[in-house]
Amino acid sequence: MSLADFVKRTISKWMKETGPEDDIVLTSRIRIARNLKGFPFPTLATDAHANEVMELVRQAAENDAMKQLGRFEFIRCRDLSPLDRQMFVEKHLISPDLAQQEKQGALVLRDDEAVSIMVNEEDHLRIQCILPGLRLQEAWNVASQVDDALEQTLTYAYHDQYGYLTACPTNVGTGIRASVMMHLPGLALTGGIQRLLTAVSQVGLAVRGIYGEGSDSFGNLYQVSNQITLGESEEEIIANLMSVVQQIIEQERNARKLLMERNRVQLEDRVSRSFGILAYARRMDSKETLERLSDVRLGIDLGIIQGVSSSILKELMVLTQPACLQKYYNRELSPNERDVRRAQLIRDRLRMSDTEVHG
Amino acid sequence: MLCERCHERPATVHVTKIINGVQTAYHLCEVCAKEQGDVFPNPFLMGSPFDFNKLLSGLLNMESSSGFAPVTTQVQTRCGTCGMTYNQFTQIGRFGCPDCYDAFSARLEPLLRRIQNGLRHTGKVPGSAGERQQVARKLEQLRRELQQAVAQEQFERAAQLRDEIRKLEQGAQ
Repeated sequence: MSLADFVKRTISKWMKETGPEDDIVLTSRIRIARNLKGFPFPTLATDAHANEVMELVRQAAENDAMKQLGRFEFIRCRDLSPLDRQMFVEKHLISPDLAQQEKQGALVLRDDEAVSIMVNEEDHLRIQCILPGLRLQEAWNVASQVDDALEQTLTYAYHDQYGYLTACPTNVGTGIRASVMMHLPGLALTGGIQRLLTAVSQVGLAVRGIYGEGSDSFGNLYQVSNQITLGESEEEIIANLMSVVQQIIEQERNARKLLMERNRVQLEDRVSRSFGILAYARRMDSKETLERLSDVRLGIDLGIIQGVSSSILKELMVLTQPACLQKYYNRELSPNERDVRRAQLIRDRLRMSDTEVHG
Repeated sequence: MLCERCHERPATVHVTKIINGVQTAYHLCEVCAKEQGDVFPNPFLMGSPFDFNKLLSGLLNMESSSGFAPVTTQVQTRCGTCGMTYNQFTQIGRFGCPDCYDAFSARLEPLLRRIQNGLRHTGKVPGSAGERQQVARKLEQLRRELQQAVAQEQFERAAQLRDEIRKLEQGAQ
């Protein structure tokens, strides 16, 4: 398969399309947790329970209301190879936990990959909508429509006082997790990032690296999300997160401006060196890849690097992950081989025009 | 490699700490690692310091630690539907089934106060629950009208209302 074909087949809507504020906000994601009435949560579910839940969800995914919302496909984890499951994780469509649920897990995926529903992860259903740029409200609307459509056929576990019941009480009530993936190289370079992260965690929001809880932040990528799910409405939760995200955006813009005014030459040198390394290096580990891509993306955003698509960061941060690489080269690769192949894929991609990829 | 502390046993525990950008590596044997308190202040937090369920179960167990009022009921609280005990919940940080929320509500509420913003859901309501709430409201209204009709000795109207209430109640079940 040519690289252009592979990229076309592999990238999801969130990786190629643009959105508001997408010089800083890569994606907006809404995830809502739902459980079915009359079944134990997946923690205690037997295979028979899990099968029954999967069957109910499969039927619900085919109901008329769902057909109005797009083309959905129901896929059981056991019907996917471990490599394909890992690829879904790398594309942020499912969690690493679901990828482990070979027997009891399933996935419902919309053809543009903007909507995915995890079945039998921590909760029976995790409805996710992921969109490029800052579009939390829109992502919530889509997820909520899918929720309504599924409810035509499913009966949710709902409590008049506590709201939607979830396996973990950190999700009870609305069951919503709204999160925004941000690229903050300006704040990282000017040293403002730590102060900002502390401030954010003090207003009841969480900041994580891009691969979820406990992950380090590579490539100046951060996920900001709400913690509270009970006692505030979905609209309030989204509005709170939006107002904090807007402030972070403003600070990041100021930091970038400051860098351009005071350290222009150093900045140009830094991003150009990183571009040179990505374009010519013969070995690249994933950490360095993200760091160099972060520099290049900053260079593109500030007009220092021209002729390279700004979607290169989102696209390559996924395509250079281990499972994607092995899928493209169509064989198992040792970590050493991966570093060599990763460098090769990046070089090839940088030499392609965007029209070849995005058509 | 030998343990860098005792220089006797092989080093089997390798830890890299990064604090304020300063990286320190330790290579210890298991015995010395256990003695080196500051390397792992809490063995449960090793590996993934931000594992939420572990943090949560830490929070849950705080309730029974000395700083908190002792829990008076010694009887194991158990969910009648799935059989999960509150102790099991504090260990895994997840409930067994939707009914656990009612089974453990007395002990759950102090926890929810800490980790959430109140105890009452104010967001989206599922369509079916919305209907249920509508039926409940309609029933309340009909019962009020029935009382009025009886008080005003409008027995024909009262009989009509009674039938309507019965129909709604049966529909709700």
